[in-house]
Amino acid sequence: MKRPELISRILIVTGILLAIGAPLLLWARTPLIHARMAENGGWNPDVIQAEAGKSLHLKLTSDDVVHGFAVGQMDMQSVDVIPGKVTDITLTFDKPGIYTFFCTRWCGLNHWRMRGTIEVSGSPLDPEPASVPLYVSLDLDIDAPHDSSIIPNQKPSAVSGQQLATQLPITSYQSPDYYRSHSPYQVFTDLSDTSLTESQKWDAVAYLWQSNTTPESLANGKELYAQNCAACHSENGAGDGVFADDLAEAGEASMQTMEGAMDMVMQSPVDFTDPRRMLGASPALLQGKILRGGMGTGMPMWGVIFTEEQIWDLIAYIYSFQFEYEK
Amino acid sequence: MELTRLPFLKSALKNRYPQLAVFIVMLVGYIFAILAGLIGTPVGSHNFSIVFVWIAWWAILILVAVPFFGRGWCAVCPIPLPGEWLQRGAVLSPPDKRPKWLNLRVPKMFRNIWLQNIFFLMLALFSSVLLTTPNVTGIVLAAMLFAAIGLSIIFERRAFCRYLCPVGGFIGLYSQTAPIELRIKDKQVCVTCEGKPCYNGSQVGYGCSWDVFPGGMTKNTYCGLCMECIRTCPHDNIAVNLRPFSADVAKPTARLDEAFKAFIMFGAAMIYAGVLLGPWGTLKDAAYNVGTGAWFIYAAVFLAIIFIVLPGLFTLAIMTTKSKQALKQRFMSLSTALIPLGLMFWVAFSLSFVLTNASYILAALSDPLGLGWNLFGTANAAWRPMLTTILAPAQTLALVVGLFWSARTAQKVNEAGTSTIPVFVYCFVATSIMLWLLL
Repeated sequence: MKRPELISRILIVTGILLAIGAPLLLWARTPLIHARMAENGGWNPDVIQAEAGKSLHLKLTSDDVVHGFAVGQMDMQSVDVIPGKVTDITLTFDKPGIYTFFCTRWCGLNHWRMRGTIEVSGSPLDPEPASVPLYVSLDLDIDAPHDSSIIPNQKPSAVSGQQLATQLPITSYQSPDYYRSHSPYQVFTDLSDTSLTESQKWDAVAYLWQSNTTPESLANGKELYAQNCAACHSENGAGDGVFADDLAEAGEASMQTMEGAMDMVMQSPVDFTDPRRMLGASPALLQGKILRGGMGTGMPMWGVIFTEEQIWDLIAYIYSFQFEYEK
Repeated sequence: MELTRLPFLKSALKNRYPQLAVFIVMLVGYIFAILAGLIGTPVGSHNFSIVFVWIAWWAILILVAVPFFGRGWCAVCPIPLPGEWLQRGAVLSPPDKRPKWLNLRVPKMFRNIWLQNIFFLMLALFSSVLLTTPNVTGIVLAAMLFAAIGLSIIFERRAFCRYLCPVGGFIGLYSQTAPIELRIKDKQVCVTCEGKPCYNGSQVGYGCSWDVFPGGMTKNTYCGLCMECIRTCPHDNIAVNLRPFSADVAKPTARLDEAFKAFIMFGAAMIYAGVLLGPWGTLKDAAYNVGTGAWFIYAAVFLAIIFIVLPGLFTLAIMTTKSKQALKQRFMSLSTALIPLGLMFWVAFSLSFVLTNASYILAALSDPLGLGWNLFGTANAAWRPMLTTILAPAQTLALVVGLFWSARTAQKVNEAGTSTIPVFVYCFVATSIMLWLLL
């Protein structure tokens, strides 16, 4: 073989090997976490291993639409995951355990199913006993009907209720334990011995609910609600969020296509502006519903995402659809 | 004007190394595009395969290479190279007298461009998916490479380029309008030339890969500008010439496959303008959701427009004038008039999406696989449509030029004594529709 022919062949083979080998090698060395709408597979991989106390560096990319990434029960700002771009994020977990990461953007109909887990290994330095949620310790059946048999004629006013509070032995009702374990309707009936009119009693209940929260908690609850609940329950709480109609139209079949999904029963998102339903629900009961989710309905479980404090803030905000709080 | 009189150009064309260097770069780029499509981000606008094939390459091809260099792209196309090297058993060495593989002649029934027409239409029907989905692009690019290799092993010369390549078909059609040609200088020299090394090869080079005898060539259509004949001609009788635009289209088409190629390209440009640039979401969905009922309707309408509506209306138009020529003959020769307008349709259509999406090139250059690289510091370049103010005037100008170019072509190819007004009216209506679709 003549020299020019040999050199040409070597150049061609080298070029081809380079064109195949270099991108393959670099691709293999760049593990990405791919985000896709839940209908198309969700997170891949959806289980990530980490070690407590050591930095976990993640490279996230979206294969379709804009997604968000956050880890539940962790103090972090969510980051956007842009189609075709790579988002770098570094996390450090103090304690071992199983953490849930989730999408924070309303990416699609089954957005709320877009979750994965980070399994953090390591020996726990200071084991903490798991606390029992209030709804469990109260032995509440959170699926039982809980309608309020009496409802106010108009939205109860916390401001009016505050003026009445001086006339009442209200302090016994103001403890967090009492507030969390009683529905507004139960408090309303507990006030039956007083000389207040029906409307005044509801105002007093509104005041009690307001006095068990703070403007900061309400603001935090509002933000959590807007980010995580409004897509289905709507910004105004009426249960007609942007996904509500689409979910209803897609029907149960859309919820059964997911891998490992149990049989689902379509249910419209709850209307938080409905006084009969909401005034009959105690904060503990709502805690149970949020923590556990709707079991077989479209309502996801949030226990792995929200901290206990966040859930109480969210509940306080949800009651603001029933009560007129002080601005 | 004979360009090969320029000493620098002539030596560059006669020497194999400059072409080989370009070939290697193109082949590496092509293989990288396949790989990018298969392993890179599935987001088309950030994947090298989509951005560099369907935006950068397409822009160069349809806005520069075809109008100004004819089959200039075929001269550097990497698709046939691995097959051709395998077929020859060499990259540069003189050809063996004994063929290395089957070396069959392509059956006569396939020695036309019907297969190219069919292959183009197959891709055209899937184009919404092909143009946006990197792994589909990767698979199609790989399939073309392997098809070319397979055909080179079975058949002689570049059977893929000549009879199957969906791109080569329309490049050949429109290369007739280009101001570049490869031709012989003196016919008598070819007549008396022994052995016809330009076609059969010699110790200094290979026979024509495109199965064309340069001595008989009157059009650009099937000359792939591989430049082998310049190297093999012992009489220095081959020249590359600069000529007026559209010189070949003055000679009317006499083949039905070529006539239909003109209609396919003409119609496809209009349909693409409606589907890809138009505001009709239902149409886009139908084109994108391959295999659904809506897509089958879309495909049926697409094919009906190309094979029935456009040729049918054209036939009706030319039937309005009396002629001594047979209708089929008139249909074929007058369809030549659609070639310049068809090219301008593609130019106008391509301007729109190329200028809109060209800014993706910078980002894809720095991060071709979507792995988070920033090789040239342009990975985060924002998407921004370019030259938006001149887009509509440029498209309008292209269409108007195309219309008058076609009218002039119709006059040239028309039988003496018959009117070309029906062809002009046909072209005018089509241009008006295209203008409406684009603007």
